[in-house]
Parts: sequence; C-alpha cells; structure tokens
Amino acid sequence: MATVMQRIVKPKTQAAKRGLEVRAPKLEENDKVAMFIKGGHTSETITQVLKELYLLKKPNAITFKRKNIMRPFDDQSSIEFFSQKNDSSLFLFGSHSKKRPNNLVLGRLYDHHVLDMVELGVTHFRSMQDFPTEKIAMGTKPCLVFEGEAFEQDHKHRRLKNMLIDFFRGVKANNVRLQGLEHVLQFTALDGKVMVRSYKVLLKKSGSRTPRVELSEIGPALDLEVRRTRLASDDLYKKACKKPKKGKPKKVKNVKTDVFGAKMGRVHMERQDFSKLQTRKMKGLKRQAPSDKENAKKAKTESSEPSAQET
Amino acid sequence: MATVEDVLESVNRSQASKYKTIEVQKDVEPQLDLGNLLTVDQNPLELKKFRADKEAYLKSQARDNTQLLFNAIWKLPTERVEEAICVKLPETTTVLPREKPIPKVKPPTRWEQYAQLKGIQKRKKGRMVWDEEIKEWRPRWGYKRANDETKDWVIEVPGNADPNEDQFEKRMKAKKERVAKNELQRLRNIARATRSKVPGVGLTPTEKPSKEEVGLALHLAKKSTASLGKFTEKLPKEKEAKHVGKKRKFEPAIGDFKKEKEQQLNIIDVMENKKPKLDITKAVNRVISQQEQEPSDERRKRGVKVKNRRGPPRKKGSGGFGKKGKAGKGKGAKGMGGKGKGKMGKGKGKSR
Repeated sequence: MATVMQRIVKPKTQAAKRGLEVRAPKLEENDKVAMFIKGGHTSETITQVLKELYLLKKPNAITFKRKNIMRPFDDQSSIEFFSQKNDSSLFLFGSHSKKRPNNLVLGRLYDHHVLDMVELGVTHFRSMQDFPTEKIAMGTKPCLVFEGEAFEQDHKHRRLKNMLIDFFRGVKANNVRLQGLEHVLQFTALDGKVMVRSYKVLLKKSGSRTPRVELSEIGPALDLEVRRTRLASDDLYKKACKKPKKGKPKKVKNVKTDVFGAKMGRVHMERQDFSKLQTRKMKGLKRQAPSDKENAKKAKTESSEPSAQET
Repeated sequence: MATVEDVLESVNRSQASKYKTIEVQKDVEPQLDLGNLLTVDQNPLELKKFRADKEAYLKSQARDNTQLLFNAIWKLPTERVEEAICVKLPETTTVLPREKPIPKVKPPTRWEQYAQLKGIQKRKKGRMVWDEEIKEWRPRWGYKRANDETKDWVIEVPGNADPNEDQFEKRMKAKKERVAKNELQRLRNIARATRSKVPGVGLTPTEKPSKEEVGLALHLAKKSTASLGKFTEKLPKEKEAKHVGKKRKFEPAIGDFKKEKEQQLNIIDVMENKKPKLDITKAVNRVISQQEQEPSDERRKRGVKVKNRRGPPRKKGSGGFGKKGKAGKGKGAKGMGGKGKGKMGKGKGKSR
C-alpha cells in the first residue's frame, strides 16, 4: 500500500506493515466497527441494552469491559482516542444518571473526529430473554425497515435514520443467500419516540415463487426518546460523504454477449503443427521420423561416453 | 383455448385461497435500497391503531414492509453458489459518510518520473535465483539469499590495494552506504510528495575530494559550533570561502530618500492591487468545520500540557508555569462547575 510506505518511519515487521495496511484509508472501505462503551455509572437496563446490541452487531463490534468515565457531549477527546486505538468509527455509549436516566449516545466518527452524536433515552426495554423464541444466527445481515414521517421531515430524525442505517446495516455483501435473510430490524418514529423492534423472518408458501413473509419477535425491543444532538455541519457532512471517482472498469477483451444472452468468446490459436498431429495408430505406419532417429543415436553415444570416462 | 385458460385460472384461484397473499397495498410506494436491504416507508402511521395495540400494529407494519422488500429481492437475478441460491444485490443508493478520507494518489518518485520520461518499463524479476556455487535455487534477497557476497570466507586482495586494508570491512561499509543512500532517497521522495523542505545531501564522503569540496567541508566544519562559528579563529592568510552562505544586504539608514519613497509607494500599490477574493460562504463553512474539529484536538493537547506542568511548579514553588497551568485548569473547572451547581440546586429543591 502506497500510504503505508509513505511513512517516514517504516514498519519494522511484516505483521506491523500488514496491520497498518488494514487501517489505512482505502477507496473501498472496510466495514465500520462499533465500540460499545459503558460510562461511569450504568443501570441494569443500560448494561443489558449494550450487551444485546453488541450481540446484534457482533462481528464488527468491540465491547469495553471496564467503566469509562466520560461525557461525549462535553469532551470528545477520549472517544476519538478510543477510535484511533481500535480503528473503529461507530460508538454506542451508555450511562445512567438522575438527570438523564438510561442514557445512550449513538455516534459516528469521520477521520477519527466525531461527526454526529445523538443522545437517546431508553424509556422502555424488553430483553431478548423475554422472548422465548428461536433466535437468529450471529452476524446475519439484517433487513432494515424505517417507518414514520418524522424520518423524512425532521432534520434530526433524518440524520438519526442515516446513523441507524450506518450502524446496523451489517457486513457489506454483493451476494446474499435467500434463506439467510432471516432478521428484520424495524425503526418507527411515532408519538415523539423511536421504537426499535427486532424480528425473525419465517418464510411461508404463497403459491408463487416469492414466499409469504411472517415475523416473530425475538427482541431486543427498545423505545427511545431523542435527547441532545450534536450533528455535523452540512459542509463537513458533505465532505465526509464524498465518493471517490471510480476508475474505468477494465475492458474485457474478446468476450461478447449475443442477442440471446449467450456468452461468446474469441480464442486466438497458434498455427497448428500438423507433423505432430496424432492420427490413427497402425502397425504399417509405425516408423520414426528421420530427425528422431538422429536424436536417438546422439543420445546413445552421449550416454556411453561419460561411462567410458568414469572407467 | 378458452377452456384451458379457465382451468388455469381456477387452479390459480384455488392455490391462492390456500395460501395467504403476498401482495401489500400502500398509498405511497416505500423507497427500497436493495443493496442495504433497506425499506423506508413514508406513509403516515395510524395513531389510533397504534395506541389500541402497539406491538401488534408495529408487527403488522414490519411484516408488510418486509414483504414488499422480499418481493423486490426475489425478483433479482439468482445464481447457485455451493448448493445455496444466492441473489446478487445491486449497488447501494443511500449516501453514507465515509470512515476515513479518500486516499490521495501517491505522487511518483524521482526515479518513476525519470523512467516515464525515458520510457523505461518495469520488469518482473523472479523471486528465486540460481546460485552457481551451491547449485541450488535460492531467494534473490533476504535470509539465505543466492550469490551472497557477505558470506565469502576469503577475498582476494586487489593488486593495487593496500595490503593492510580489511577487505571484508570495506565491503560491509560499502553495503551500509548503499543502504543509507537508498533511505535518504526514500525520505527525499516523501518530502517532495508532502511538499515539505527537501533535505540536502550535504557532504558525501569521496575518495578524492576536489578543491571546492574541501573548501565547503572547511566552511561547514568552522560553522559547526554552538555559536555558529562566531568565535572560530581564522588561520593566517586564510581566504573567505567562496559561494557558501548568503550575506544579507541592508540599505543605509539615511541616504537615498527618493528610493525609499518609491519602495514605500510600491508596497501600497501591491496591497491595493492584489486584494484576495473573499468568498464569504466558503470561508464561513471552512471556519465552522475547523471549529468542529479543533476543540477536541485542543482539549487533548491541553490535557497533555497540564500533565507536564504538574512537575515543575512543585519544584519551583510558585512561578510563571504554575500560574499558567492554574488558569488553564480553572477554565475547564468553571464550565464543569457551572453544571455541577445546577445539579446541586435541583437536588436541594427536591429534598425540600
């Protein structure tokens, strides 16, 4: 990677170099990793919420084992430090205080600086354990459903929607197994609250190719109220959303698709040597080519000479 | 023909009645982003139904929207990958911010520029090389490399060489110098790429230095003192080194008034003519985004400084440093204190 070798101090080991390459900015970025951070004081609800959301996010998530006394809205420096150390750009911070009971701070970073932060109060929570149903496999890419006019009209909610998509969209995938679509996350903005529900998908027969969808709730279920926000200015946000220019796709030579959708390829052959062509074997035709005969003779004499030298 | 159609329709109907429908009616078609498996439903929600039975209403909404999403997904082209039916998802349409800025293209090195100018193409070299002595294929470089001259146990002393010179040491030294030169070139390329000052090569050791090189070496040696050569004694009959270092020239304090006037007027002219264009919106945006990024940076820096400052005041007792540190801390404490007071006030009110 060019950017790694542009460092003044070169990495000393191959492992260190590889590590830096993983972290280096890329055209096609890695999946965003989320940090789950417990604040100085957390209630049972918040601890459980963090734990269960961590499970939902798991392959791309880091959970912090210890308490971290910080206030993201007053001082972002420790969040940014953690982001740098863990190479992660999403965070969910949970705390509990008298002034802000059951508090979650959902945020994301751009270039290791805080871009957006939204404070969400958990007003209602039902754990996964409260739903005695079969759960989904870990790391399943969820289907996201957003409902409610607020997500379209209100600026704060629009940004929150974008953050939630960013946070929960799972691993980037080109190919998806149809049977693997088994998780739905629903976000509803209604009545001044944002309701998060999580369902398992059950595919039923419908008489056609497309199945009939039935859902069973698996939890966690959260009711959230939006408290403080710290959103990026439009200028910074635009800068962060900038898309790299894509280079021209490599021209595929000699392959065409015809009108019927069949793939046609042109193959360039070298001129065939007919003298080496194997025809039907017959006893009568069995004879060595003159050049072959000479070679055979040479080989014989050569093999005999070294032995003579040895003796 | 009509009979066949009738039969088919009746079959369809009977099948449809057996299973629940997959069709969903919505006033406004929800926006789908299949790349992210995302549905955004803008239809107004019914508050009455919601208040009557919250969970059931949410579930039915989720089901309908998921059904719509699945209907669209099942229409995508499928392919078989290891016994599983997979769907190829299209590109995502939702714009999400990046994690890190777009990497800049690495500017070409000095050599790459030269090679391009001359049309020199890169050749792929094989990793393994045939070692004639060991009769074995070995890596071109690194551990146990082929044709490793540093592993020679004997070296012929060249005819014209000093017999007391250590040929092994000479070889090692030459190698080290080549490595150092390469490193220097690498750093210069980086410096050029980042538009920082390119370090000069300085004096390279040469076997037979020219007169100019000796002069330069002398000049540098004389200047390499703590006082930049101010007190270095001159040799008798020593001449000033030529073409090394620039001397600033000043105009006389009193003298040519005409020239002085001209110069001052010139400055005013330049100031008037070259007014930079100020795009206010752009400038404001830049300031805002800078401010957003700055406070956290500053805070971090300040935090480090405060830590460092803790040491000296204790030793010195009270000094300029201590005062500064306190002032810095005081600011932070003020902000926090204000909030703290508010909290306390609330607490008191409740207890009463």
